[in-house]
This record gives sequence, structure tokens and C-alpha cells, in this order.
Amino acid sequence: MAEADGDVLLEVKGLGKRFGGFVALEGIDLTIATGERLGLIGPNGSGKSTLVNCLCGTLRNETGTVTFAGKPLNGLIAHERTHLGLARSFQLPKPFHSMSLVDNLRIPLLYTVNARPHHHLTDAAIAERCATLLKDVGLADKARRRPRDLTQVEMRKLELARAVATEPTLLFADEAMAGLSHSEIEEILAVLLRLNEQGITIVLIEHIMSAVMSFSTRLVVLVAGHKIADGPPQEAIRNPEVERAYLGE
Amino acid sequence: MRAPAFWLCIVAVGLAFVVLTRSFVANEYFYFAGYVVLQYIVLSEAWNILGGYTGYTNFGTGAFFAMGAYSSVVLHKLPAVLHSAYGWTAISIPLPVMILVGGVVSGVVGLGTGYLSLRLRGIFFAIATLALAIVVQTLITNWDFVGGSRGIYIIRPALAPISGTYIQYLFTLMTVLAVGSVGIARSIERSRLGLGFASIRDDELAAEASGVPTLRLKLIATTLSGALMGMAGAPLPYYVTYLDPTSSFNLAYAVNAVAMPVIGGMTSWVGPVIGAILLGTIQQVATVTISSALNLLIVGLLLIFFVIIAPNGLIGLVQSWRRPKEA
Repeated sequence: MAEADGDVLLEVKGLGKRFGGFVALEGIDLTIATGERLGLIGPNGSGKSTLVNCLCGTLRNETGTVTFAGKPLNGLIAHERTHLGLARSFQLPKPFHSMSLVDNLRIPLLYTVNARPHHHLTDAAIAERCATLLKDVGLADKARRRPRDLTQVEMRKLELARAVATEPTLLFADEAMAGLSHSEIEEILAVLLRLNEQGITIVLIEHIMSAVMSFSTRLVVLVAGHKIADGPPQEAIRNPEVERAYLGE
Repeated sequence: MRAPAFWLCIVAVGLAFVVLTRSFVANEYFYFAGYVVLQYIVLSEAWNILGGYTGYTNFGTGAFFAMGAYSSVVLHKLPAVLHSAYGWTAISIPLPVMILVGGVVSGVVGLGTGYLSLRLRGIFFAIATLALAIVVQTLITNWDFVGGSRGIYIIRPALAPISGTYIQYLFTLMTVLAVGSVGIARSIERSRLGLGFASIRDDELAAEASGVPTLRLKLIATTLSGALMGMAGAPLPYYVTYLDPTSSFNLAYAVNAVAMPVIGGMTSWVGPVIGAILLGTIQQVATVTISSALNLLIVGLLLIFFVIIAPNGLIGLVQSWRRPKEA
């Protein structure tokens, strides 16, 4: 199994999660290096989203430890992990429907960036930051619109922009391209690559293999709550266990 | 309008309202009826802070309101009890102090209710608040010191601390509370706190993921909402002069506190004010012209109408009429 090269940003040891009698994750060990582009794949129900939920604090893992930038995350709830620099986008976009796009982005700036020590963005700085974020994802002309006015791909971009507004060091993009056309997938990939160039470590959880393969520098494969492969993408997908999981016996 | 300017504005409006009514309205009934409408402004703004801004429905308004009323009963009786037991000088506690104590009592219970939201959301939270009302009513019904199930008579002081009759004094106090609750609701709405509340209402998971400390904000909302409800209930014993659990925990308080913001519009501080004035006035008119029993029927019919025709209330209706013109 491959290890992350460079500075370790996130380290997961022996993580396990059960839902009643169902074992969703068991003995997951994972390291993610700073600046990495990690692809996380697996069939439906393999535990990808559960892993993201455990790492982001939405769910509590029963076993194992998670360390982020040298700090243990166990016991921290979701917003505290966001304050530390862990951000996520949701599989099904969850915009704040009653607010304009600008207000959707003001929330993380007010509650995460301004909550960090020695950070205080003024109202003008927040407005400027919102405008930049919207421009970066191509939604500048819809700043005052509500999420209901957006198309599916725009909704995905808003979801990413809101996660990026927390100024994260690690971003989990959970199926950010699901249901999009080929050209729309390219748009989202371009956004993610740009964010990575800006220094954000990205974990892409995705079913669209072409997108995962072109984006990732490393691939982790989960099947039935277990990690079965971890390494360079071309190597990982040729792993016999991965082939069996995707193509059958 | 910035917050300090708005506060100045509503204080001026409240002051002008009290001065004008005291100068031109001599009929005592106006103050009795006006008190109820003002009380509903406080209750509906208080309900809306939790239900409208944060999205957590509270069916236990009656409990928070009655706790304020019964804390006044305790403070009303306490000096005489202490005097007879320990010979302490019996001083009567001023009503504004009772209002503050009522707010603290209901606020603390509100804080406890907030912790329910850790595990309960949506309809389950609403049912828990209804259960809270039943539990508190049962406790009060079995507490002899405050009259138990037979109720208690409260003799109003012969003189009001300010000029005018005692009911005019109560009316003035309730105006102050109404102005305060409107000011608080509006300040929250336009603040970082209000944006955080709205994020919880829209999607709690997304709010947490955006860094919003949702539990802390929900505790603030339940405490503030409960405290305002308790403050609205504190003068009740002096208004009705006879307080019993059946009337003080009346379903009408819970129903009206929900119906008024729904009818006016829940996303803005204006909605509850409009709903309370509209519905409160209709109820008062119906009470004297037709029957007091008709009140809840009117509320029920209007509620059904608005839920179907205008789910965003009157404010939502106006906004939807204006939107095409703006576009």
C-alpha cells in the first residue's frame, strides 16, 4: 500500500464505524499529504461518504484516531473541524435556500474565517472576498440571486465556493460531478485543479472514473467498508481486488 | 436603517403611542384590549426568533408564558410569607423587577429546551415542547403555594407607580416590552447571529460544515425566545387578577404565537407585528361583538387560508407582488 509523500496533513489510524449491526467502515488507515490530489473511489455503499462524514465530524467513528495537521480530531464536532481547516462539499448540494449567493458565502467567512485567532475581516473585506469567490467559479453575475435560480452545475460550483470560503487546507469534494454533462464535469475539474494549485489539498470522492483518473495523483479504493487499494491511479485500478469489486468474479 | 437608528425610531414610536393614547383615549377598555394585542406582539416575536429565524417549532409558548406569570405570583406572595415567617419587612416587589425575574426563569427553561435540539429536530422537537407545556402545567396545578388547581387571586395595587390607572400602567409596560421585542428581533435579523440562525433553518448540516456553531446558536435562540415569552407573561396576574393553570396555560397562547408569525410572515421581524396586530385586533373585536369562543375558530380559519394560499405570510405576498415589477 502506498503512503502519502511529503508532509502528512491528515492521518487516519484504524478508523471504524458501525450502524447498529452493519459495519460501514473497519480498520481504515489513511494518510494524506499536503497539496495532494487524492481520489477516493468504491462501489455504492462501500463507505466513501461515511468516511468523509467521520473525518468531517458529521458522524462519530467508534474506533480509530484521526490527526489533522498534527492535532487530534477525535471529540471535535463538525464546525470545530471546519475552523481547523477541514472543508467539504455535499453529495447532494445543500445551499442555504433562503439566502442570496453572497450570503451563502458570508456565512463561512463570518463563522469560520473570522473565528480564527488574529483574523477579522471587515464587512468590506467580506464583500470583496465573496465577489472574488463567486468570480472564481463563474457565478459573479448571479451574486444576488437565490440558489433556486441556479442550474445543477452552478449549484455544484456554489457548493465548492462555500467550502472554499472557509479557507481550508483540506477539501473533501463529495461527488461534486454527479449528474453533470461532460463539459460541466470539465468545468468542475478545472475549478478543483485551480484550487489545488492555490495550495488546497483535495480529496475527490467520485464515481466518474475518467474524472478521477485525470485529477488524482493517488487513488484509494474502498469496498464494503475496507480499504483494498492505495497507490498511483493506474496501479490501483489494476489491482485484482479492485477489478473483482467493480467487474465481479 | 442601521441598528441604533432603528432602536431610536421604535422607541420614539412607542413613546408617541403611549403619550397619544394616554392623551386622547379615556375608555379603559381600549387599554385592556390594547394590552392583549401588545402582549401578542411580544409572544409572536419571541416565537419567531426560534420558529421563524431558526426553524424550530415551539408549541410550548403557554408554558414559558405561564412560568413568567407564576414567577410573578411567587414574588407577589413571597414578601408576606417571609414577613410572617421571619418578621422581615414586607415590601412589595415592583412589577418591572417581576418581569425581569419572569424572563430569567423562562429563559433558563428555554436554555434547557435548547439542549433537546441536540437529539430532536422537526416535528419531534415540536412535540417535546408540547410535552414540556403539559409537564409544567401539571407541576403548577399541584403546587399549592401558587394556588394549585383552584387558582389564586392577585389584588392589584390601588395606585399605579406612574400617573394614570393601573391598567394604563400595565399597557405602558407591555408597550415597552413590545418595543423591546421588536428591536431585539430586528437586530438579530440583520446581524451575524441572524444569518447563523437562517443557516440552521435552511440546512443544519451545511451550517455546521460552514463553521456555524449550531448548538450554541440554538441555545441562544431558545433562551432568548423563552425569556421574552416569560416577560410577556409576568404582568398577567395583575391584568387578570385571578390566575389559574387552565387559563394561564391556555392553548390560545400557543396557537396564536404560531399563527401570528405564519400569517404575517416568518422571515422578517415585521411579519409577527402585522400578524399580532391583525389577528389580535380581530379577536378583540370578535370578543365584544360576537363571542370570545369564536377567537380560535377565526385563528384556525385564517391559518388554513394562509398555509394554503400564502405560506410565506403577508410579507411573502407583498414580496411576490413586488418581485415581477423589480424584474
